[in-house]
Amino acid sequence: MADSPHLSLERQRELVSFVRQDCGSCHGMRLTGGLGPALTPDALKDKPIAALISTILQGRAGTPMPPWNKFLSESEATWIVDGLQKGFPDAR
Amino acid sequence: MDCKKVFLMRAKRKLMQKSMAIRDIISRLALPLLVTASLVGCATPTLRGTGDLGVVIERATGSVQILDTTHRSSLGKVNGLGDLSHASVSYSRDGRYAFVFGRDGGLSKVDLLTQSITHRVIQAGNSIGGAISQDGKLIAVANYEPGGVRIFSVDDLTPIADIPAVGANGKRSKVVGLVDAPGRRFVFSLYDAGEIWVADMHKPQQPILHKFTDVGKEPYDGMITSDGHFYAAGLFGEDGVALLDLWNLQAGVKRTLVQVGRHGEKLPVYKMPHLEGWATTGDLIVLPGVGQHEIILADQNTWQEVARIPVAGQPVFAIARPDNRQVWINFAFPDNETVQVLDLPSRSIVKTLKPGKAVLHLEFTPRGDQVWVSARDDNRIDIYDPETFEHIGRLPADKPSGIFFTSRANRTGL
Repeated sequence: MADSPHLSLERQRELVSFVRQDCGSCHGMRLTGGLGPALTPDALKDKPIAALISTILQGRAGTPMPPWNKFLSESEATWIVDGLQKGFPDAR
Repeated sequence: MDCKKVFLMRAKRKLMQKSMAIRDIISRLALPLLVTASLVGCATPTLRGTGDLGVVIERATGSVQILDTTHRSSLGKVNGLGDLSHASVSYSRDGRYAFVFGRDGGLSKVDLLTQSITHRVIQAGNSIGGAISQDGKLIAVANYEPGGVRIFSVDDLTPIADIPAVGANGKRSKVVGLVDAPGRRFVFSLYDAGEIWVADMHKPQQPILHKFTDVGKEPYDGMITSDGHFYAAGLFGEDGVALLDLWNLQAGVKRTLVQVGRHGEKLPVYKMPHLEGWATTGDLIVLPGVGQHEIILADQNTWQEVARIPVAGQPVFAIARPDNRQVWINFAFPDNETVQVLDLPSRSIVKTLKPGKAVLHLEFTPRGDQVWVSARDDNRIDIYDPETFEHIGRLPADKPSGIFFTSRANRTGL
C-alpha cells in the first residue's frame, strides 16, 4: 500500500471528525452504512483505490453521493481512502 | 442500588460488630427507627410529571441526557444505547418512556423518571427511525437492513409483526419516512422501490397493507400533516413530492410541487433534509428546496407553491414555532453553524444566529417560550428565547444531535 500523503496532525484530526460525523450522516458514524453503503475495510477491500478517490471527489452519478472536491484536496481524499481501507481511526 | 438497601447493608455490618445482647435490642428497637430516619435523609423519589422533560441524543457516546425545560437543566445521563449516529425518539402516551431508535437497529425503552433502560432489543442491522401507534400500544421501526418495518409491544418490546419491504420489483428496499396515522395505521416509504405503503394495524399481528407503487424515484423521507390528513414523501431521484390523502386512499398517490427538486441539475446535496418536523401551519407547508439554498412555501390546501425564500444554505430541518408565526431553519455542511428564522407573515428572514459549530437539531418547548439548539462540534446545547432571540441558557453535552421533548407523545406522526 502506498504511503499516506503528508497532512498536518491538525488536518488529520479534522478529517477524522469530518468522515465520522459528516460522511457518517449517510454512511453511519461507525461507517457500517445507512442510506449510503458501508465503508468498512471489508466492504472496500476489493474496490480500486482510484475509483474510491474519484467517488469522494466527483460524487457518484445516479446516487445521492455528492462531490466533495470543494472541501477536500486529492491528497486528502487519498488519505481518507487509505484510512478507510486500513480501518478508520476513531474521533476520540 | 437504592439508598435504602445500602443503608440496610451498612446497618447489618455494624450490628455484626456489636455484642449479641446489644444486637438483640437494636434489631428489635433501634433498627426500624434508623431505617425510618435514613429514608428521610435519602434521595427520596419525589413525585413529578414528565411534561417539561425531554432527552438529547449524545451520538458519539451512545447515551441520552434527560432534560428539564423548567429549570433548563440536565437531570442525568443514560448510557448503553448503542450506535446513535442517527437516532430518533418516540414517547409513550403518558410521556414517561422514551423509545430510542439507533443506527445499529437497537430499540431501547428509557424511563425518564428512574433514568434507566427498562427494555432493549437489537431488532435489525441498521435502522432509521420509528413511530408509536395512535393507541399507544405499538412501536414501529423503519429498517434499512433488512429493509422493512418491525412492530413491537410498547410494554416489553415483544415482537408483534414483521413487514418485509419487498417492492413490486421483487427486491427488498430500505424503509424511510415512517409515521403513525389516525385510524391505527402506520405509513412509510420504500426508498429503493419508490413506493408508499399504508399498514392498517387493527389486527396488530396481521397488518393489512395498502401498497402504492411508482410514486417516484428515491423517496428519501416522509411527513404527515399535523392533522394527520396528508402523507408526503420527498423525492430525491426526481422532482416533486409524492402526496397521499389519508382520508381517501382510493384516490392514490399524486405528484405535486414539482418545483421542489433539483431540476436535473444534479446539485450536490451534502446532507439529506429531514421532513419529519417540517412546518405545516394549517395554511402553509414549508419544504426544503433539495440541493438549493431555498425554502419553498406551498399552500396546504392546493399543494401549489406560493413563495420561495433564499436562505443561508441547504436546509435540513425547518421547525415551526408552536404559534406557527416563525420557522427556525438549520443547514447542511458547510453552513451548519447557522440558524435562520423565517417570519411567515412577512415571508422574510428576520434573524440569523450562529449558535455554534455543527448545529444538528432544534426543538421548541410545547408553548414556544424556549428553543433548544444542539451544537455538535461545540459539545453543547444552547437555549434561546424565541421571542427576543436572547440566549438564555447553555448545557454541556457530548456531540449532541436530536433533542426530543415529551410533548411529542401527543403529536400524530411521531
